This record gives sequence, C-alpha cells and structure tokens, in this order.
Amino acid sequence: MGKLDGKVAFVTGAARGQGRSHAVHLAREGADIIAVDQCAPVGTVPYDLATPDDLAQTATEVEALDRRIITTQADVRDGAAMKQAVDDGVAQLGRLDIVVANAGILSFSTAEEMSDEMWDDMIATNLSGQFKAVRPAIPHLKANDDGGAIVITSSTAGLKAVQNLAHYTAAKHGVVGLVKVLALELAPDKIRVNSVHPTNVNTDMIQNQSTYSNFRPDLDNPGKDEVQDTFASLNALPIPWVESADVSEAVLYLVSDSGRYVTGIQLPVDAGMLTK
Amino acid sequence: MALTSNHEGKVALITGAARGQGRSHAVRLAEEGADIIAVDLCAQIGSVAYPMATPDDLAQTAKEVEALDRRIVTRQADVRDMAALQAAVDEGIAELGAVDIVLANAGIAPQLTSDPDPDHEQAFRDVVEVNLFGVRNTVHAAVPSMIDKGQGGAIVLTSSTQGLTGRGGDGSGGMDGYAAAKHGVVGLMRTYANWLAEHKIRVNTVHPTGVQTPMIENDEMTAYMEANPGISAALENLMPVESVEAVDISNAIAWLVSDHARFVTGVTLPVDAGFTVK
Repeated sequence: MGKLDGKVAFVTGAARGQGRSHAVHLAREGADIIAVDQCAPVGTVPYDLATPDDLAQTATEVEALDRRIITTQADVRDGAAMKQAVDDGVAQLGRLDIVVANAGILSFSTAEEMSDEMWDDMIATNLSGQFKAVRPAIPHLKANDDGGAIVITSSTAGLKAVQNLAHYTAAKHGVVGLVKVLALELAPDKIRVNSVHPTNVNTDMIQNQSTYSNFRPDLDNPGKDEVQDTFASLNALPIPWVESADVSEAVLYLVSDSGRYVTGIQLPVDAGMLTK
Repeated sequence: MALTSNHEGKVALITGAARGQGRSHAVRLAEEGADIIAVDLCAQIGSVAYPMATPDDLAQTAKEVEALDRRIVTRQADVRDMAALQAAVDEGIAELGAVDIVLANAGIAPQLTSDPDPDHEQAFRDVVEVNLFGVRNTVHAAVPSMIDKGQGGAIVLTSSTQGLTGRGGDGSGGMDGYAAAKHGVVGLMRTYANWLAEHKIRVNTVHPTGVQTPMIENDEMTAYMEANPGISAALENLMPVESVEAVDISNAIAWLVSDHARFVTGVTLPVDAGFTVK
C-alpha cells in the first residue's frame, strides 16, 4: 500500500531532473500523474532544456510502476495552456490532490549587465509560471472533501542572496510570498501550501558548461571535476550537490499524511547551505 | 536510489520519554528498528502547575517499545544535571552501543497557569534551565560517542512555534522564559549544525503548535485560556484544528532522522497547522 493510493498529482517541469523524480516518487506511492513540460528552448537560457523524448521517458517510468500518466507539452508562462493541461488531466484521471510546481530555468549575469530579456524570461518562468500552474489547479483541489497539498519549488536563493542571480533570487524569493498567501487563503479548504528550498541539485540545470564557468570564472571551459570543490564549499555537509531523489523525499513528506498539519513553511533540502 | 527509514541496529537517545511526544517518538523509532535510551525526570518541578510524568509513565514507554521487540534502557535523570544525565547516557551506551540519533525533547511549560500570583523569576529560571540548558546538556552527553563511532547521525531539538514567534505573550516569567528558551534552541541547533557537519551529523529543530499531551491538556491550561480569551484567540492555528497529535511530530522527526532527509541540516521545521504563517 502506498502513501498516495488513489491520488492524482500535477507536476510541472516533469520531463527530466527534479520534476521527473517527483513524478516517479509520487507514482511509486500510488499517485497517477498529470505531467507538463515545455520541451523547448527559452531564449536567454544558456543550456539545453528538456525535449519531447525526455517527457516520454518520464511517462515510461511512471507507467512501469503501473500508474497512469497524462503528458502535455505546455509552457508554464501560458496561463491558458496550464488551465487546459490541468483540466484535461483531471477529466481523464478523475480528480486532483497534489500540485508540484517545479518548472524552472537558470541563467547567469550581474544585475548591471543583465538584459531585459533575461530578467523577463526568468520572472515569467520561475515566478509567474509557478502562479499560472497553481491557479487553475485550485478549483479542483477545493472540490475534494479532504483538501489537497501544493508544493512550489523555490531554492536556497529564495531565502538568501546569490550574486549573478538577481533575477533568479528575486523570482525564488517571490515564490515564498506566493506560498504564504496561498497557505492563508486555502487553509479553510484544507489545502496545504509549502515550498522546498534545494541547494544545488545534480541535474542538467547545473551540470552544464554555463554553470561550471559561472562557478570557476578563473578557468577556460572548466569541467565537473574542477567545480566540485567550489560547489561543496557552499554547503555545510561535505558534499557538492544533492540528488533529485532527496528533494522528492521532502516533497513526499509534505504532500502525504505525514505532513497533514504542515502548511506555509519553507523547507530547505540544502546540506546546511543556509545555516553555514 | 533506495533511501530507507530503517533504523535497525541504530540507538536513539530520547529525553522526556516517559509520556507525550517523547513516548510517541520512542515508539515510532522502535517501530522502524531502533533501540532506545529513554530519559525522564519523572518528578515534579515547583513552578510547573500541571502534573509531570511519573516512573509508571516511563515504565509504560518501556513496555510499548519492548512490545515491538526492541531494547530500551530507561533512566530517571534530570536534563539540568549534566553529571546525572551523562551517567544515564553512558549506561545506555554500555548496554545498547553508541548513539546514532538524539531527540532532545524534554521540556516544561510553567506559563499559562491559573495561579494569580506565580513566582515569575523562578518560573523563568526553571523553564530556561530545562528547555534550553537541558537541550545543551543532552547534545553534549551524546555527541562524543557519535563522533567516536564515525557513522554520522541525526539530532532533532524540540523547539516550538514559540521558538519562531512571540504570539500570545503575556509578560509572565513562564511565558518569557518559554519563548526565550525555545528561540534559544534554534541558536543551539544552528551552531551545532555547523560544528557537526564535518562529522556528517545533522541537526534540525521541530516547531510544534499545541500538541495533544498532558502539557497542554490539563485543568490549569483550560482555566487560563477561559480567563484570557485574547491570548487564547492569539494562540489559534491557521488550519481549522485546535491542536495536533504527538504522532504528527513523530512523523516529522522520523523523516528528519531517516536517510530520506540525509542532506537536511540546519532546518527549522514547523508542524504547526499554519500557526507561524498566520
């Protein structure tokens, strides 16, 4: 018996990385999945984003667990597309209990040199996109007698400042405000709303040349081996990054009955970065 | 990746283990395979208006852990008394092996009494000594054995919503001391998280709202709340529940001390029905 038998979860950014991990973890506990991912590039993002094949792989992994999954290529910046994806998913799977608003992008620049486009892409995806994914889910969660649970992915940069990430830091801080207001507004309907705050996670978002170069500006084309110590120096625990599964376990605690009275909180999974 | 919450072969030190949250944590970790060193004062403290735990309560915790086929060493000891606490912990280690998990849970609540003229200074001293100094003693009594063992570990300090807010403050010595001590516990957690990270020992706090235990479910508290409707209203939760159950705190702790949270350290985790976000 799983912790989420009979439940349905909506996961954004589900094609790979943390989103795929969340979909698979929730499915392993019995949930059916509504999965969206844009599966296309964003102008100012300097690394390859997910592909339709990645989203198909998520579907394969969820189906291997004998759970149902509805996948849609949709952009979190498009509120109408989010509503369509959620409503279609609920029509096919029957209900909605859990939202994991996870889709996000990363790029680097000092604030002084940041283009309007880079700022706008970031805010549109990592802040407005979280809102546009959650909003159409709310009526479905309210339809349940036992409410539901929403987790929005923030970051350690949602609780502390990070240089070269003014846009990302602003968006991830903004998410915390969104979570707190949603927690207030939705508590009467037994809908809990929390955020998770990962340190660096071992996914394609950080394992790329652009990120490596940001962490080691002193080197031309630094590799993974050359950035590990720099990553580790940010954390209190002696590790460079956590795995997607570690964030999924936090999400699972928050959305399952174990966290039935947990709402409005910011939960770091950060190897002690914020305490260091 | 297989991350487990199996504590087979692990030893957990739990203070305040005779009843309430402490007993719930002992049973929960025993269910997941841990052996338990259970410490409780099992006696009254003068400024505390409600009846504290008894030796019979501690014996009941032992019975419930043993019913799960786990070993338990119980000791009556005062967390304020480092020598007594160290002796209790050492005896537990001698019998069960080095400590892997520490739950510094023992606490008192001398505030919210119906006494119209309490000894404020004594209440302040008592609650800071038990709820803050006692937490320090507990960690220091166990950590050397954890470092020697070299297998990492997890420590959870029980703070409170009163460790994150001062809502409901009434100027009494008990309330002042409770909020100060529970805020102080966060400071201890943060410095310990830094101290112990290199040993892969993780340190976090939990922050419960009111929990259904004898600490809040007693005649004194009921009388105080009826006489002080303003404070009673200030202490209401955001979610439509009056209080949470001990098992809800145990669930948070079970997650924090398991491999599922293997990279979670330095975190203040509310289990508060939205009290702090309200």
